[in-house]
Amino acid sequence: MSLHTKPILEVDQVKKYFPIKSGFLKRTVANVQAVENVSVDVMEGETLGIVGESGCGKSTFGRTILGLESLTDGSIKFRGEEIGGLSDRQLKKYKKEMQMIFQDPYASLNPRRRIGDALEEAFIIHTNLRKTERKQRVKELLVEVGLKEEHAERYPHEFSGGQRQRIGIARAVSLNPSLIVCDEAVSALDVSVQAQIIQLLKELQQSHQLTYLFISHDLGVVKHISDRVLVMYLGATAELAPAGQLFSNPLHPYTQALLSAIPRPVVGRKKERIRLKGELPNASNYPSGCPFHTRCPLAHERCRQEKPVWREVEKGHFVACHEV
Amino acid sequence: MAGSSTLARQQVDAQNNQRKKEKMVVKTMKRLIKNKLALFGLIIIFVQIILALFAPWFAAYDPIKQDLTNAELGIGAEGHWLGTDNYGRDVWSRLVFGARISLLVGIGSVGLGLIGGITLGLISGYFKKLDGIIMRFVDLLFAFPGILLAMLIIAMLGTSLVNVVIAISIWSIPTCARIVRGSVLSIKKQEYIMAMKSLGAGNLRILVKHILPNCTAPIIVFATMRMATAILSTAALSFLGLGAQPPTAEWGAMIAAGQDYMFTSPHLTIVPGIAIMLVVFAFNVVGDGLRDALDPNMDLDY
Repeated sequence: MSLHTKPILEVDQVKKYFPIKSGFLKRTVANVQAVENVSVDVMEGETLGIVGESGCGKSTFGRTILGLESLTDGSIKFRGEEIGGLSDRQLKKYKKEMQMIFQDPYASLNPRRRIGDALEEAFIIHTNLRKTERKQRVKELLVEVGLKEEHAERYPHEFSGGQRQRIGIARAVSLNPSLIVCDEAVSALDVSVQAQIIQLLKELQQSHQLTYLFISHDLGVVKHISDRVLVMYLGATAELAPAGQLFSNPLHPYTQALLSAIPRPVVGRKKERIRLKGELPNASNYPSGCPFHTRCPLAHERCRQEKPVWREVEKGHFVACHEV
Repeated sequence: MAGSSTLARQQVDAQNNQRKKEKMVVKTMKRLIKNKLALFGLIIIFVQIILALFAPWFAAYDPIKQDLTNAELGIGAEGHWLGTDNYGRDVWSRLVFGARISLLVGIGSVGLGLIGGITLGLISGYFKKLDGIIMRFVDLLFAFPGILLAMLIIAMLGTSLVNVVIAISIWSIPTCARIVRGSVLSIKKQEYIMAMKSLGAGNLRILVKHILPNCTAPIIVFATMRMATAILSTAALSFLGLGAQPPTAEWGAMIAAGQDYMFTSPHLTIVPGIAIMLVVFAFNVVGDGLRDALDPNMDLDY
């Protein structure tokens, strides 16, 4: 890990609440606490996997970092400069540096625009290139992500899911960003295509020195691609560790339950499955103390009252649990 | 050599573009024509447009020239196949020039209404903060019965065809704004809009280049249907004496002038009445047909 020592992104105590408004005067009656006090440093050149079940706030976290959702509280620093709470105009120069790959390759491309025009748009917004230069760059991009130059003239519906995701990736890398948030980037694809796309992402990481924030619910994929893994539960961070360490020695009871849910193809080696009771609590009625206490097999009185501290138990291994 | 190959490629590209653009329009038109009623409507609209464009050529007489010796001739009279009115003006010629006016007023008022309605709809759908204010304003416009609102505006501005255009366009704004707002609300939640935001695209770019092209279908349908309403309203306002002033050949005004002679020369009211009916019917069925033809659910590969 000596390579990844300089933080590119420092996230400190980030909160994102969505107000629930009701009544004639649209008074805020409650908040959905989508992201609750997340602090994490993302190192230059690494791939940070973010896992958690549906609705745990991992996508919202990714969008908040990119400024697509306004920040409720906390600080986000990109290369040491504060970017949390900036207006769209102020954010524009950072948008070149931070891009996103979206989950649904069918929904993330405008159906009425040709691929070439869609890719060209990034250059129109951020550069002063002339039209012929832009067209040239678009062609290079298409080739770089494994498509053909003439695909620029086609419409999105003429492509398969995997090809569309390649277009989405081309759009994300077009401005040579340093950080890319992959929001469930391979979840909508079938397994063989997933492997190709992951391979492409890895190649691009090499050639462009990219840092990835890889958001996924697929633990297998995350294990394969990530240097470090962050486990989120109900908007809060549960555990953060280098990928190998997390998968071999999970400390947080939630991580343990999550990992025990991975299907094991090995015959005869049965590992006991930790079954969580109950449902994910409603984020608009946030549990007191440790957010996981309602479902945790180890929960006791202290967990109900006191929020566990986010602390480093081994080098590079953080966990928020009273029991560890 | 290199030059010629790029030229060749450009030509191929251009052809491809042409093919793609054509495909959408042609596909819609093909589906529209399959609908027999819509085809009938299209023919009527086509005939009206031809008559309006080449009115002087189709009309045998000056539409406002009086010839009192030949007043109130019936249908099939020599030289006047649709007869003449009480001043001896040729009804066919007046009908042909009236087609021009109703088409112009229709296009003008729908065009103005669309500009206003689309602008308001885009803004209120996209900017949440302005939504409440704009929609309350639209509600206010909705609260007036359409023809009453038009009469009010004409009463303020004075009677003329231009003011009729303005009045009818103002009355088209609220409906159009609501239709566009609805489409914008659904489109702006699409992931590709989010993708444009993450690229750093400005609001204007997103609205004009990404949202507007994706809500053209409901706008086209609205515009077609609105043409029917606009033509009917123009005739109604002229009938009441608020639109075209004599001696302008306008269908509504022709009915109004003819109603005193209903028993002696019924064709003076019936002929322009049929013209209005046919055109309004045509725009309505074409609008209906377009709605079906543009329905994305009926399109399997889109």
